[in-house]
Amino acid sequence: MQIYLPIAEMSVNVFLILGMGGAVGFLSGLFGVGGGFLMTPLLIFIGVPPAVAVGTEANQIVASSVSGVLAHWRRGNVDVKMGLILLLGGLAGSGAGVVLFKILRALGQIDLAISLSYVVFLGIVGGLMFIESVNAMFRSRRSRGSPAKPQERHRGWIHRLPLKMRFRKSKLYISAILPFAVGVLVGVLAAIMGVGGGFVMVPAMIYLLGMPTQVVVGTSLFQIIFVTANTTFLQATMNQTVDVVLAILLLAGAVIGAQIGARAGAKLKGEQLRVLLALMVLVVCGKLLMGMVMTPDELYALGGGAKH
Amino acid sequence: MTSTPTMSFSRRIAFSLTAALVWCAMAGAAASPVAAQTPAPVQEQQPIVADLSKHLVAITTGFAGTDVLLFGATDGPGDIILVVRGPQLGTVVRRKERAAGIIWANKDAVTFENAPAFYHVATSRPLEDIAPPGLLQRHQIGAGNLDLTVEGLDEGESRTEFREALVRLKTDKGLYGYEPGAVAMLANRLFRAELRFPANVPTGSYLVEVYLVRDGQVVSAEITPLVISKVGIGADVFQFAHEQSALYGIAAILIAVAAGWLAGVAFRKS
Repeated sequence: MQIYLPIAEMSVNVFLILGMGGAVGFLSGLFGVGGGFLMTPLLIFIGVPPAVAVGTEANQIVASSVSGVLAHWRRGNVDVKMGLILLLGGLAGSGAGVVLFKILRALGQIDLAISLSYVVFLGIVGGLMFIESVNAMFRSRRSRGSPAKPQERHRGWIHRLPLKMRFRKSKLYISAILPFAVGVLVGVLAAIMGVGGGFVMVPAMIYLLGMPTQVVVGTSLFQIIFVTANTTFLQATMNQTVDVVLAILLLAGAVIGAQIGARAGAKLKGEQLRVLLALMVLVVCGKLLMGMVMTPDELYALGGGAKH
Repeated sequence: MTSTPTMSFSRRIAFSLTAALVWCAMAGAAASPVAAQTPAPVQEQQPIVADLSKHLVAITTGFAGTDVLLFGATDGPGDIILVVRGPQLGTVVRRKERAAGIIWANKDAVTFENAPAFYHVATSRPLEDIAPPGLLQRHQIGAGNLDLTVEGLDEGESRTEFREALVRLKTDKGLYGYEPGAVAMLANRLFRAELRFPANVPTGSYLVEVYLVRDGQVVSAEITPLVISKVGIGADVFQFAHEQSALYGIAAILIAVAAGWLAGVAFRKS
């Protein structure tokens, strides 16, 4: 069954989109990522114009994140205080990011910016995370059951920053500047890549802030809701690239997938979750890198300059 | 009281003959309806006449492309060239080059101001068999003969490459095409062709040109319009998105939040 998307100006198979939404929603509930870094390239692959894919995906992530947060809230895994500070940073970052997106689009370099950002961040994050979580798994197996804490070295300068606050759910006492900075970074990435930024947020929270993995997932989703809602609003008003028909199809599958994913995630240990996420991130990164470095079949591309 | 004048014999015959002639003329006029209804002298038959099965393609929610039938008649043997031209939209073509020696990125870009968004040619026989290149150039028949004015490039070779790229990319998307033999002719009089519009067809006013070609000359032509526009919910959404973007954005967010909440509530029993 085909449906016509009024903003993307193409028609898609309804069941394909529902399936894609469900699969990516599952990953979102499982890992605390928005899923955008998988879905946006997938949408582009099926023919949706990249700018519309980015704007619409942000819209879908709002829905799956709300669904995921509710699932994690019921298990007491959302640190609202931390989330709000991350959020403030995220709003600042995504606002700047949408403006930057518009400039890059006008310069015709938006494709390159999106691809480079993906490859660089996915590579760094995936690689580091993979190394750490594999070590943690070996450590916990060797010491037979004692839980391994990911951050064991305490970097001095981080703990000397001002504005320290107590974050009860995460059992932390750190400067508020840290979550704010992480939030800004994630916000910029969210706007440019059409992602919630979870794949940077989750490792940053685990390794830079030292939060326990289970709380990280729920809190990350909480922050993502607001950042992607902001991105959706800005993309709709500044670029008119949000296709609400496509978004509704995607989120129909995604919100259900997120619930199932959250349930599955609760059954896994922290290290296992991290290894899986790291592997997934590395695979996506590798594929993107190959796409950028290998000689493309078609050197020419139609730009989005057509005016009605 | 006057006495009945007696007509002379010759006068009586003249009168009868005239009456008979008038009567014949009237009978003849009544018998041939064309002559009775067309007071003007009989017109020459038009060499070609053509029409479309529909003049409005409405893009509704379930739109996945559509077919429009073109049909018509000619006054004798000849070849038909059919050209469908979409609205002229400024189109940008970008070319990738190796940046920093490793990564492929967009570098040069060219804007084609006059490129039609949609351009299909269908003929009863291959173009080179029915018309000389000069005629094709004059009427801009064939993608190679389109007036694709290029802004932003000077070298001749690059310009050709960009033009070819534009045609190739549009053809891959199904927006440009050339189908020789797609116009079917019956008994050298009737002709028909199926015009295929893919799902990603751009909206706007289209012109469908039909040329009758004999001995390498255009004998006659017909132009008929076609409008493609979004209709119904899709059109409303598009308009809403462009005219009231802020409200549209907020609505999109609220829908997403509501859907997420619904799923969260529905799965409450874990």
